[in-house]
Amino acid sequence: MGLKEKLHNIKEKGKGKKWLPAFAAFHTFLYTPNDTTQSGGHVRGADDLKRTMNTVVLALIPCLIFGIFNTGFQHYAAIGEAVGFLSMDALLIGLWKVLPLVVVSYVVGLGVEFIFAIIKGHEVEEGYLVTGMLVPLIVPVDIPLWMLSVAVIFGVVIGKEVFGGTGMNILNPALTIRAFLFFAYPTWMSGDKVWVTGAVERAKDIAEGANLDAISGETILGGLAQGNPVTHSLSDMFFGFIPGSVGETSTFLILLAGLFLIFSKIGSWRIMLSAVLGAIAMGFIFNGVVAAQWITEGSKFYALMSTEYWHHLLIGGFAFGVVFMATDPVTASQTNKGKWIYGFLIGFLSIMIRVFNPAYPEGVMLAILLMNVFAPTIDHYVVQGNVKRRLKRLKVKTA
Amino acid sequence: MSQDIRIKRGLDIKLIGAAELVTENAKPSNIYTLIPQDFHSIIPKLSVKIGSKLKAGESVFFNKANEDMKFPSPVSGEVVDIIRGDKRKLLAIKIQADSVQEFADFGIKDSKAMKEDEIKSHLLASGCWPFIKQRPYDVIANPTKTPRDIFISAYASAPLAANYDYVLAGKEKELQAAVTALSKLTTGNVHVSVGENANSQFVGLDNSTLHKVSGPHPSGNVGTQIAKINPVNKGEVVWTITPQDLVIIGELLLTGKFNAERIIALAGSGVSNPKYYKTKIGATISSIVEGKLNEVESRIISGNVLTGKAKNKKEALGYYDNMITVIPEGNDYELFGWTMPVFNKISTTRALTFSWLFPNKKFDLNTNTNGEHRAFVVTGNYEEVFPLDIFPMQILKACMYKDLDEMEQLGMYEVAPEDFALTEFVCISKQPHQEIIRKGLDLMLKEIG
Repeated sequence: MGLKEKLHNIKEKGKGKKWLPAFAAFHTFLYTPNDTTQSGGHVRGADDLKRTMNTVVLALIPCLIFGIFNTGFQHYAAIGEAVGFLSMDALLIGLWKVLPLVVVSYVVGLGVEFIFAIIKGHEVEEGYLVTGMLVPLIVPVDIPLWMLSVAVIFGVVIGKEVFGGTGMNILNPALTIRAFLFFAYPTWMSGDKVWVTGAVERAKDIAEGANLDAISGETILGGLAQGNPVTHSLSDMFFGFIPGSVGETSTFLILLAGLFLIFSKIGSWRIMLSAVLGAIAMGFIFNGVVAAQWITEGSKFYALMSTEYWHHLLIGGFAFGVVFMATDPVTASQTNKGKWIYGFLIGFLSIMIRVFNPAYPEGVMLAILLMNVFAPTIDHYVVQGNVKRRLKRLKVKTA
Repeated sequence: MSQDIRIKRGLDIKLIGAAELVTENAKPSNIYTLIPQDFHSIIPKLSVKIGSKLKAGESVFFNKANEDMKFPSPVSGEVVDIIRGDKRKLLAIKIQADSVQEFADFGIKDSKAMKEDEIKSHLLASGCWPFIKQRPYDVIANPTKTPRDIFISAYASAPLAANYDYVLAGKEKELQAAVTALSKLTTGNVHVSVGENANSQFVGLDNSTLHKVSGPHPSGNVGTQIAKINPVNKGEVVWTITPQDLVIIGELLLTGKFNAERIIALAGSGVSNPKYYKTKIGATISSIVEGKLNEVESRIISGNVLTGKAKNKKEALGYYDNMITVIPEGNDYELFGWTMPVFNKISTTRALTFSWLFPNKKFDLNTNTNGEHRAFVVTGNYEEVFPLDIFPMQILKACMYKDLDEMEQLGMYEVAPEDFALTEFVCISKQPHQEIIRKGLDLMLKEIG
């Protein structure tokens, strides 16, 4: 008897039992189920939710690998030891720091999902496959693992399960997790220490009297908010050899992933394109304000406002947020017209918040969460347009 | 006032096993079965008992809500079995066919000279009325109402569908008689849609408005054509009828006989030699398929793969169906099916699915759902295959939470379950769209009527 038959027999035995969802989660991971069509059409398309989610995970893998190398590279760069980007040294530090984040994210998140599936007696849903990969990529690399665990539990339970699970949530779960960390543990989520591994520890050692040079772990945005000049070249920004959250730095790889998602029709090109347009529009406005000399060089907003509009697309988490988070179909606008509005406002607000929020100079997370809340409203008005068109047709007839 | 219809949003599901344009006589069926569930929303009252002798066209049961609406026997013979289910629900009436067929005589009529009331009562009495369906609700037409327009789709775009130009060959006279009669039942037009390049018997018929249709499925769905020609508004009723049923009405008018004969396509990859067969409504499936199927576990579908009903060999051809499709059952597991590249299935995405590389390839799809049922997650993919000016996901959700006002506002009067067959096909969450819409329509019919 082969594995296929053995598993099939276990599934038959488990019908109605509490443990079936947990078993089925592994079973369906190994084998697509033998379900056949029972109502309506007799044939179905090839895609299911697992394939859809898996495609996004595939698009994230290059960012993860890059993030692992970059973690090590930034660490050595900050302590003044030059190592190659693809060197073994960089890889080892990166693996040592990033893999625990990935493991904790998946183990804790999927654990919560399994518990809810068993309690509620439904299948384990695939939503967390993507969330679990996003989370380690959008946090500072030195975040303590217990904080990450608490945040993941909060994000999955409050952000998703209380609404009914995958497909029902209002806010993007990965961003809910990040927002929780940001508001609960701000010292670990912002400032000039957390973005390069080792910087916080080094600062602690120095405070205790060790005779060492401080490591600067500042992002470009953090620097700009302080009015410091940008020390990284444009190509570094584009290819991602800069400090930042683990997987968000390489605009180049994110761009490739975005193109892959658009090509595979999994990600919405409408949202990605309109968000970029929105960001450019806001960037233009700020550049215009500077050009019109409405603010002076002394202003605390000057450095960020005078950043050229298209540089905004390269720095910070903007690209990552737009490609992977804004396009989450559950929390985005669901109508095609709505997606244009939703995406544009995300881009527009991201840059606005980035410039006007000096304590935390990044806006894409808050912009997406804000627009998640407004997405149903946008859809409502788009759908009402259709309803009105139908009513008008009737009025023309009866008039 | 001809108006051409071009559809862009849709999907042609190309399957192997299209029927060759050759017609054979099916083995005469011994037993013919009428299934009241084929007539959605009708509560049947029997007018026969076991042992009753019937001529073809005589009433077997009638509509409890409208006793004039009769449902006829497709053959002459003897009622041999009446099958009931829970609460004595009538499930099937089996009639053993006589060796020599006799027809009830309803009289030869000249449809040009008939008046509206005469036509209605003639169709009701002869059992031809159930062929006429109405929108809203996709049920048998209410004879007390006058439809705004009548729509006929003579273009079949569904997978492996029977070719109307072929099966209607030589039936011009019957079609004309029926169209003339129907044109008197409406204040508007009889709209007939034919394929862009079709050699249709409908071209040149009097009393009708011709439309040429092009584009992928569901361009041949009558619902799509109604939406493009003149959508149904609140308070309006339109009727629809299929060409093969028009032929039966036409023959009734010309000869006075109810002749349930029709040419059906036997198609699909489970058929060893797909072609057309001449048979009758209600014929036992085995009389058509026996000895013609490949030796694999397959599903026999009365109708096409998107909207038909699964049947076993002992059951009967559906009342409205003009094809039988046989495809392999897909009740097997697939190792890492969710992540392996897919070449042998159809997909509208390119998520390691490669059907987009082979736009003309014919596929051998089975009945596997290719995944488990989930909540709605992905957005925007239904719209790609849905040509109506309606938000498909929003109307499905409105049906699920039973908000009658919202269902009405979003366009429920315009749709039938078959309009959601393609959104169901591409649905990543494997939601039963047609069932959801059917239940929604039933709810509206019950609450609003």
